[in-house]
Amino acid sequence: MKIAVLMKQVPDTWSDRKLDLTTGQIDRTTAEQVADEINERALESALRHKDQDASTEIVAVTMGPTGAQAALRRALSMGADSAILVNDPSLAGSDMVRTALALASALRDIGPDLVLAGNESTDGRGGLVPAMIAEVLQFPHLPAVDRVEISDSQVTGQLQVEGAVVSVQSEYPALVSVTEQSAEARIPNFKGIMKAKKKPLDVKTLADLGIDVGPGAATAKSVMVGATERPPRNAGTKITDDGTAAQQLAEFLSSRRLLQNHQ
Amino acid sequence: MGNVLVFIETTTTGETKSSAAALLGAAAGLGTPVAVAAVPAEAAESLGRTLATAGAEHIYLVTVPEASSELGTAAVGALAQASEEYAAIAALLPHTNDSKNIAGRLAIVRGGAVTADVVALRMEEDEVIAEHSVFGGDYTTESTVEEGLMVVTVRQGAIEARAAAVTNPSVRLEELRIKTAPGAKIISIEPVTEESERPSLLAARTVVSGGKGIGSRESFSLVEDLADVLGAAVGASRAAVDANYVPQALQVGQTGVTVSPQLYVALGISGAIQHRAGMQTAKTIVAINNDADAPIFDIADFGVVGDVFKVVPELIEAVKAQES
Ligand SMILES: Cc1cc2nc3c(=O)[nH]c(=O)nc-3n(C[C@H](O)[C@H](O)[C@H](O)COP(=O)(O)OP(=O)(O)OC[C@H]3O[C@@H](n4cnc5c(N)ncnc54)[C@H](O)[C@@H]3O)c2cc1C
Ligand SMILES: Nc1ncnc2c1ncn2[C@@H]1O[C@H](COP(=O)(O)O)[C@@H](O)[C@H]1O
Repeated sequence: MKIAVLMKQVPDTWSDRKLDLTTGQIDRTTAEQVADEINERALESALRHKDQDASTEIVAVTMGPTGAQAALRRALSMGADSAILVNDPSLAGSDMVRTALALASALRDIGPDLVLAGNESTDGRGGLVPAMIAEVLQFPHLPAVDRVEISDSQVTGQLQVEGAVVSVQSEYPALVSVTEQSAEARIPNFKGIMKAKKKPLDVKTLADLGIDVGPGAATAKSVMVGATERPPRNAGTKITDDGTAAQQLAEFLSSRRLLQNHQ
Repeated sequence: MGNVLVFIETTTTGETKSSAAALLGAAAGLGTPVAVAAVPAEAAESLGRTLATAGAEHIYLVTVPEASSELGTAAVGALAQASEEYAAIAALLPHTNDSKNIAGRLAIVRGGAVTADVVALRMEEDEVIAEHSVFGGDYTTESTVEEGLMVVTVRQGAIEARAAAVTNPSVRLEELRIKTAPGAKIISIEPVTEESERPSLLAARTVVSGGKGIGSRESFSLVEDLADVLGAAVGASRAAVDANYVPQALQVGQTGVTVSPQLYVALGISGAIQHRAGMQTAKTIVAINNDADAPIFDIADFGVVGDVFKVVPELIEAVKAQES
């Protein structure tokens, strides 16, 4: 079975993430760029299947700037077999539909049985790209599953919706996006890191993919029209408990009218 | 005024879920609300009445023989058909696991574009402007869609506007005509019943959250007891969720829910940047933590360096005393 895993390079959530206020785009210079944790979990689910069945082939795919290769190297060192970076100057600042169209073309060339993605990226929090790709490729989509079970003939998963848990299933080909409740990712070992250096990592432009989704393409697009920064929050009173802290805190809450009968 | 589609999430028996009223409220502020749902035929009539009360001027229902066979497919088709028939300027959907799937697929089917996880919407010179809260509220951005259907997913709990009831809505019952990608097969739908009498995390005026510092599932009752005297909802950090103290639905933060209550109380929570991303826009923040260097204190209006097992029971008594 061939599994494609969609990896995205994002600003590390541990760092101070910035937006460029003139473009509304993520400022990729201030924070460290890493493979999004959620995609490592998606990859982990694929790797667990490969652990069971060594014939499984795993391709890591990303669309992004040249630097996004680092996320792919990470995937290769964890155990993916090969990687593809979709990189084209005209893709800079792509909205979700364009991102999905470009990734779908790359996936078409790969011809996977199963595509695994994260349910939501930590920079965009859009969580719509996987569904779009599924629709473009005409694959059934198992969205936001907390657990994914991959067998040779089918894939199943459970997702949380308001008031219920829904179990879903599909034969292949299919696309699955996983939540952070899914498999905890392994940490690449030294051997994996050394091996990754020799694994194939291809870079594809839009011309290579034979599509045009750049700014000239006549489709609807979402555009940023404004961005503002919120002033940082400051620390207030801090006391060390000497036996009266609870009393002081209750008085503070009461003075701010935050207790139930004062509202 | 343009027509604005609102996707109505429904239960298997065709009752509306909690997102309907806010979405219709947001749509009424932009144009004429058109409620769209995919439901079993027998549920159509009562659903129509509910939606009219919640402010739908037009109600467009696609009936599905088996509401539960394929995830999202009928809803994508219903919205795609309605967007043509009503020449809709925008389609609003809740930013939930199931509706995000529908929104993404709809944008592809209709050649539209999306604007996701929106916290406010307004009309400006014939354009729908969507507001987003980015990086845990550090930034506010605004976006719109040019030249095509604007597919919007709206953050749960963000919209306060409600639409006025409509007395004579137009109701249409249609067959599914548009062919889209196949959906995943639904094997089962297990209802999850909320036992709690507490306010919901998204709507609560006060939220009391517990972290890894609470130590065990049993001692999490400490968090619940304080929540109850404050009339608050209960939340948790990811570490508390990972340790199985509470279900994931209560997780606050980067990858959990975002809350903006009047009061947020963090008990035994270090205040990692990803947790702060889900609560730092609260009006007032209170923290109790035994580590004086915990980052939560950097954003707390009132911080107590102390043991939760000592301070919280005393606080519960002090609050009761203040309230009586
Ligand atoms: C991509 C990504 C997404 C994430 N998303 C989220 C998210 O959505 N939400 C989230 O919360 N986290 C998230 N995290 C995890 C986050 O980094 C932290 O690991 C997590 O918030 C820590 O939870 P905690 O504060 O409960 O635990 P800890 O960091 O272990 O802190 C426990 C605290 O309790 C204090 N304590 C211990 N005993 C007592 C006592 N008796 N009395 C008082 N205080 C006590 C300790 O001093 C400590 O400060 C995410 C991480 C990543 C990488
Ligand atoms: N540029 C990208 N390259 C590769 N995968 C992506 C990209 N954007 C989104 N994805 C995939 O889609 C998931 C959800 O992303 P999003 O819809 O942007 O929140 C991510 O976790 C990835 O698996």
